[in-house]
Parts: sequence; C-alpha cells; structure tokens
Amino acid sequence: MKRAAYRALAGAAIVLVLAAAATLAWQRHGQDDSNVPEPLIAVAASPALVERGAYLARAGNCMACHSARGGVPYAGGRAITTPFGAVFSSNITPDRQTGLGNWSASDFWRALHHGQSRDGRLLYPAFPYTNYTEVSRADSDALHAFLMQLPPAVQPATAHTLRWPFNTQAALTVWRALYFSPGGYEPDTQQTTEWNRGAYLVRGLGHCSACHSTRNALGANNTPLDLAGGLIPMQNWYAPSLTSALEAGVADWSTPDIVALFKTGVSARGSVLGPMAEVVLHSTQHLSDADLGAMAVFLKSLPPVAVRGAPAAAGASASSPVFSAGAKLYEKNCAQCHGEQGQGVPGAYPPLAGNRAVTMASSANLVQVVLNGGYAPATAGNPRPYGMPPFVLVLNDSELAALLTYLRSAWGNRAAEVTPTEVQRMRSENQR
Amino acid sequence: MTGCLRFLLLSLALAAGLAHSAPFENTIAQRTMACTACHGAQGRAGPDGYYPRLAGKPAGYLYNQLLNFRDGRRHYALMTQLVDPLTDAYLMEIATYFSALDLPYPPPAAPAAAPGVLQRGQTLALRGDATLRLPACVACHGEALTGVAPHIPGLLGLPRDYLNAQLGAWRTGQRRAQAPDCMAHIVAQMGSEDIHATTSWLAAQPLPASAASRKPAAALPATKAALPACGSAPSPLGKPP
Repeated sequence: MKRAAYRALAGAAIVLVLAAAATLAWQRHGQDDSNVPEPLIAVAASPALVERGAYLARAGNCMACHSARGGVPYAGGRAITTPFGAVFSSNITPDRQTGLGNWSASDFWRALHHGQSRDGRLLYPAFPYTNYTEVSRADSDALHAFLMQLPPAVQPATAHTLRWPFNTQAALTVWRALYFSPGGYEPDTQQTTEWNRGAYLVRGLGHCSACHSTRNALGANNTPLDLAGGLIPMQNWYAPSLTSALEAGVADWSTPDIVALFKTGVSARGSVLGPMAEVVLHSTQHLSDADLGAMAVFLKSLPPVAVRGAPAAAGASASSPVFSAGAKLYEKNCAQCHGEQGQGVPGAYPPLAGNRAVTMASSANLVQVVLNGGYAPATAGNPRPYGMPPFVLVLNDSELAALLTYLRSAWGNRAAEVTPTEVQRMRSENQR
Repeated sequence: MTGCLRFLLLSLALAAGLAHSAPFENTIAQRTMACTACHGAQGRAGPDGYYPRLAGKPAGYLYNQLLNFRDGRRHYALMTQLVDPLTDAYLMEIATYFSALDLPYPPPAAPAAAPGVLQRGQTLALRGDATLRLPACVACHGEALTGVAPHIPGLLGLPRDYLNAQLGAWRTGQRRAQAPDCMAHIVAQMGSEDIHATTSWLAAQPLPASAASRKPAAALPATKAALPACGSAPSPLGKPP
C-alpha cells in the first residue's frame, strides 16, 4: 500500500516537473506523416495481401492479447495487468461501432508506428508500439487488409482500470517524451539479408523485448534490442536473457535446434513452458522455416551481456540437511520421470542436470513449474506433449525450497539455494 | 470415522502411486500423469472429494469440461493453466483415454441427512417436481443415473461435497457450459434445500454391481432423443467420440 502511494506520488511529481517537456513532446508527436489522404476509391485487398497480413498477425501474436479467454478472436477484452492497473485490449475486428471498421490503412499505420489512435489519443504502451514502430508501412498495410476482412464482432471496449496519474493522456505524453520516438527498422549493411530479416522480426512484430528485458519503475524497457532478460510484470515468470549463456542465450546452439524450439516447443537443447508456450503455440510454430532461421541467425549473433545482479553461484553442500531432505523428496516425487541422475527422457521429460532453466539466477520459473505443473505446447510438430503434475497441494514451502535447492546443487549444478520465503511469496502472488 | 480411514487409505494409495517407479512408456497414460497426480491413479478420483473421478465418464462430457476450463466457462486456475497450451484434438484424445477406463467404485459414504431429506432427494432424482418445473435427474442422466454417451455424465460415485460445489457454482454463474446450458436453467429453479436433498441422496447410492451396467447408456430413450445436445461443443473428430 505504502509502495503504491509512493509510486502515485512519484508519478505525480514527474507529471509536474516535466510539464514543459510534455508540451514540447505533444507538439512533436502531433506532427506525423500519417495524415496522408486516402485513395478516393477503396480497392479490395488482394487475397495475397490478406494472406500476408494473416501471416504477419501470427508473427506479432496479435490474437493472444486481442482476444478474451473463450471470446471471439481479435474482438479484444483481455486484461493486460500491469503494476499501474489493468489495460484491456481493444476490438480489432472491422466492426464500425466497436472495432476498426472505420479505420483506414493510414489510421492503422499511425497506431502501429506512432502509438496513436484514430482520434489522436495516445495509446498505452501495453500495446507494444515501441517495438511495432519498426514495422514497415507495407507490412502494416498487409496487417490492416487482413484485419479488415475478419468477421466484424460487436464488442464494446472494457474501460481500463489504471490508477491516477497513469490513466491520463498527460502521463502518456511524458512517458513518450522519455521513452518513445517513432522509428523504423534501419538495416545493418554490415550484416546479411537473413540477419536483417531476423532482426526486423525479433525487434518489431515479434516484440520479444516486451518480455525479455527489464522494465523500469515507469514500465519502460530500454530499447527493442535489450533482450537481457526480466521478470514479466504481474505474471511472476522470468523471461530469461537471450544474451547470456547462463540463461537462454543461443550463441552456442545450432540453427536447427533454435528453429525446432520455435517450431515445435521442444528441441534437443531445451523446451518451452509458461508464457513462452503461448508464444510458440499461437505465433512461432506458424512462421516459415526461412523466417525462423533468420531469427535464429540474429539471436545467435547477439553480443553476450552479463546477467544483471546475478549472485555468485553457491549451491548447498552435499552434506547439508537441506540437500539430503531435497534428495529424499526428489526420489519420491521426481525421479520416476526426470531420472535418478536428473538425466530426463529425450523427447518427453527435460534433463535437470545442466539445465539452465534450473540453474539460472532467478528461481521464479522453477518455482512456478513445480507449483503449478504444465504442458509444453501441443504444436503440429509435437502434438501430444507430456505433462508435469502440479505440486502446489503436495509440497509445503519448506519442502519445495529443499527440493529446488537440491536440484540446483546436485549432478554438477551450481546455483544459489531457494528459500521457503521465495516459494511462499510466489504461492501467495499466484493466488491474488 | 470410516471416512477418515478411507481418506488415509486413499492418501497412502496416492502416495504409493507417485513413488512407484514404473518404467517410462510412450503412452497416453504416461502423458496424462499431470492429471492423475490430483485425480488419482487412472483417474479414480482424488482423496478429498474435490478432484472428481475421470475414469469411465463419457468422452464427450470430459472433453467439454476440458474446453470449459480452457475457455473460461469453469474456473480453477490449476486446470486452466494445464490445458491452456493444448489443442482440441489432444484434449479429445485425453478425454477418450479416461472414458475408456473401467475401474471399480468405492462404496458410497453413509448418508448424514435425515430420512425425510433423503426421501425428497429420491423423489426429485427419479420423478422431478412438476409444480417447480423440475425434470427428474433420470430423464437425462440415464435410467440408472450412470450417464448417457457421449455427453451426459453419470451422477453416482461422486462425493456430496463435489455435487454441492458444482450445483452451487452453476447457480452463481461460476460454472457454465456451452449453449444451450440446460443445467443452468434447471439449477436456477432449485432452492438450496432441494439441492441439498438431491445431492445427499445421489451421493448415498451405490453403483450397479456389474461392469456392463455401470457404463453410461448408449443413447437416451427414444422419447428424449430429440433433446438438444446440452452444453456440448462439436467433436474435433467430426463425429461423436
């Protein structure tokens, strides 16, 4: 509560101090290149353009946020929870009253490229226009053509529940002055066409940095290129660093292994769970091998960055009581699938020995997986995944901490102990 | 006391099931160990009354419940997270697997309700109440209350707490089914006392003794066959499971 009040005060102070900046920024952003006159005669989009737009909508995973659970696809209404309140996604079907029915391709471009609505309102950056600003006008037009031919769904917007001052246009003006300027993807001429294609997808539509980077107190991540990992706000999953060999960096992976992970959710080097399972299920498995290969080439080339605040790995000694308690719990609950030596079963259960998801500094994902269990995504390439049972009702906080400490110390793994407090915090956060 | 003992025995059985190191198999049973951890070995039901039996329930019914959790018509975060990344076809395969398992049922718990209450429950279950416009349970859930393939679940072999929780959730809108949600209309007509009476009587009934007669009926009687497919999505197989 105290923290919330502090945040509100800090926000208010920033609004006041930067009022001048706001005015300037307002003027700057008011001038954009989207007030292009529309052609007088609407030209029906070609099937090829629509198909291209459908593909790009997959690449951007638009449907995941713009659909409520069990609701009409693209009709919006999903709550995107943030530390500042909830933003509800909009209806992007072509309904004239409640959707994008009256939006021209230029209106759509303005939203994607400038983060502004048709009426000039500034959009909340929960819509990742800091990434989408790198999308080309041609791709924006294809996306627009695809959305315009969806069945129109009548679904009025749900009002956002953001706290003051974050619910004001003034706050957004300030935020944009600090953290956003409309851009575009500038190809790196030193690199291959393939590398540039991968960079364009990762930085732009893929909006990978929306999760795989740390956000500051005002919810901004550094740049679309910052992929150094971060805790996903409100979800309590850690999106690991794509630039660290200790986390999810792929510099030493083969390109086919990276493509397999994107395409099927599993690969010889690792598998996906949690929020990334959703990404593979709805987005990457539908992309062409050429595009996935390009993303792999780009990701492999990322310069290594040390993980922020990673403690020196310690691990429990094999003679400690917590190690032997964890070992007993492992034998009873885990060894049947993950093996006596944490070796796993290829294609079914991941190894735990030498697994970066087990040993990386943040224990968040490890705690989540053991508490709640989960399935890898059922993709065309791996349609019948094996499941991990939930242990939330089986193990208490101390038991779970001992078990995870054991996993992080056994079979050559060397990572810091997990405390019962960490487990307890995650358990209570999940119940909120 | 017997309830306590049964709980202990089931807990032990469950613990033994988890600890038992069976070799890895490329089977649907292996793939669904995420389910049986709570719902009991082979989906025979968890020990505490809140994780219902899966074994032998009609495939279409189980499939629809998996969709309901995934699509927000039923609410239990653990279930939703588990089924979220799975496809319709895989969920149907999981449902079909559990529906084909035939396991013996434990005897029902002794009823705690007064004889008058059980009498009222029996009347509602077998004959309904015309003045309240309540159909009998047997009208849709099968003459033997063992369900009707492929979509209508049996009502026997379920703990009273579980039945109460489901009807209560239906009444408050926490549990929904695909339209037409027939059960929502029926529950809306039922008072708390009638719910209590019906669930008390149902939870006290034993299953038919023979394996054949405890299976869901193959079809509704001819007079009821024109009923809409209440609460059910079309099968991803293009034909009934």
